[in-house]
Amino acid sequence: MTAVHPALRARRRRAALRNLAFLSPWIIGFSVFFCYPLLSTVYFSFMHYDGFNAPVWSGGRNWSYVFTEYPLFWPALRNTLWLVVVMVTLRVVFGLGVGLLVTRIRTGAGFFRTAFYLPYLAPPVAATMAFVFLLNPATGPVNHVLGGIGIPGAGWFTDPHWSKPALTVLAVWGIGDLMVIFMAALLDVPREQYEAAELDGAGAVQRFRHITLPNIRPIVMFAVVTGVIQTMQYYTQPLVAGKVASGIIGNSGQQFEPGYPDRSTLTLPQLVYNLGFQRFDYGSACVVALVLFVLAMAFTALLMRRRNGFLSAED
Amino acid sequence: MTHATLDPGAPDLPGAPSRTASRTGTAAGTRARRAARRRAALEWTAVHSLGIAAAAFFVLPFVFVLLTAVMSDQQALTRSLWPHPFVWSNFRTVWDTPGFLTWWRNTLVYSVVGTVLTVVSSLPVAYALAKFRFRGRNTVMVLVISTMMLPPQVVIIPMYLFWAKQLHLDGTLWPLLVPLAFGDAFSIFLLRQFLLTVPREYTEAARVDGCGELRTLLRVVVPMIRPAIAAVALFQFFACWNDYFGPQIYTSSNPAAWTLSYGLESFKGAHHTNWNLTMAATVLVMAPVIMVFFFAQKAFIEGVTLTGVKG
Repeated sequence: MTAVHPALRARRRRAALRNLAFLSPWIIGFSVFFCYPLLSTVYFSFMHYDGFNAPVWSGGRNWSYVFTEYPLFWPALRNTLWLVVVMVTLRVVFGLGVGLLVTRIRTGAGFFRTAFYLPYLAPPVAATMAFVFLLNPATGPVNHVLGGIGIPGAGWFTDPHWSKPALTVLAVWGIGDLMVIFMAALLDVPREQYEAAELDGAGAVQRFRHITLPNIRPIVMFAVVTGVIQTMQYYTQPLVAGKVASGIIGNSGQQFEPGYPDRSTLTLPQLVYNLGFQRFDYGSACVVALVLFVLAMAFTALLMRRRNGFLSAED
Repeated sequence: MTHATLDPGAPDLPGAPSRTASRTGTAAGTRARRAARRRAALEWTAVHSLGIAAAAFFVLPFVFVLLTAVMSDQQALTRSLWPHPFVWSNFRTVWDTPGFLTWWRNTLVYSVVGTVLTVVSSLPVAYALAKFRFRGRNTVMVLVISTMMLPPQVVIIPMYLFWAKQLHLDGTLWPLLVPLAFGDAFSIFLLRQFLLTVPREYTEAARVDGCGELRTLLRVVVPMIRPAIAAVALFQFFACWNDYFGPQIYTSSNPAAWTLSYGLESFKGAHHTNWNLTMAATVLVMAPVIMVFFFAQKAFIEGVTLTGVKG
């Protein structure tokens, strides 16, 4: 025993060094591009800092400013909540619906799957600009077609009551990823269960409720929680939609009051940009960043509690 | 993706009607079989009609964008749907717009270099997390997943101040590229998911043959998970190509460093109401992504499946 010890220790040390070497890109990246900036964010949230003059301690001033005076914070939080409830629900429902449909399509299955999947790949900026055009109340083809069948079109991205539904249509258009995930889950449901249920005389609705749904519940949960996390980060689409629909001259430096029309497309991540990079109030921007951090972490924790599978190492 | 086999309500499953048929007389049997066939035809029609309706929702936006892209200026301002005449030169006009080619090149550099850096730096990390046993491995995994789920806005203020005020590298692609050389959380996660499916026997055998860990990874494991690497590379390529926030923060001060995603919008500004040119530019930005997808469909779909299904 005593004779083996030094050799064993040497081997252990070699293994530890090897682990460290393989992990080093992540360790460096995590420290430099995550830990350090996260701690700095906390630090700056208590500082008054405009990027030019040295940061000055300001206590809870930024915090109280964001929560009680900054006029965009509560609308952004309300919008995010609206989007989380409506957008995530519809995306999951439609994603599952299209997933179910695709598993039943016999003829031209390849065409249908590709057609349902492609919008997911469209670059967000391009897709958003396309939708602002498509849903343009004056010249867009959607209202034209709706008018043709006798439905009065909406103002979409130019109407505060319709801008979030318009964003939701855009989000539902891009459910290709969910379709694929649901499709894979549906194909994993043991076929015998359906056969047994059919012998017992269960109808399609009963089969869905008592066999399909329980089997794919973990995936539905996964889709809901990741959907909520994604919606928390919702940035490019609402920003570009607001800018393009309001007719702001692109990136000319023209000041843009975010959330057009009437703050209806404002989301939390946009506030970080507005406070930090338009108003040079880095301290308050850090407060919003930390609010985002706490919300995102809460849902990530939920996700990992639900799916410890993430950590399973089958070795 | 063999999928056609599972079909819960499919009439070709052994179901009640055919069973009754075998028990009763032939006339009733024929009638039952005919009813089953009619039901099958009805279901086929219903499913495919629904499919066509859904496909219209997903495909028509592309069609309208394409049609508008080849309309004349005046026609794009009206509500007409069909181009008359077809103005194919719109694409040429967009291509020749000052800046467009530069943005295109920047986007390509960001996407290609970023993808290479991501794969090279994420692979060893994912390998260690999938195949080595060590204390704190689960903690690392939790942290990787947490950073994967984090909005990029959370750490952007100090990151921007670091790149712009200390290194004076804003207005270049460096702040976008350098972090990718230190592993990307999503890629690490995805590669690890794939690596878990590689049987331990292979790496063990290589070790017994005296292969070092790095050699094992490069010579034995990498050839086995080539589709996985393709999937990760594609995801990263699309992520860079589509990125708007990063270029907005770091390159906005210098139009020569803009990428397509960021430049596209100002292009719209330069031609305020020219929806035809805007849509032509949109097509040019979407086209490479769609083409890449058609070349590598399988790898991509496998990747999506694995992120959601395999735990």
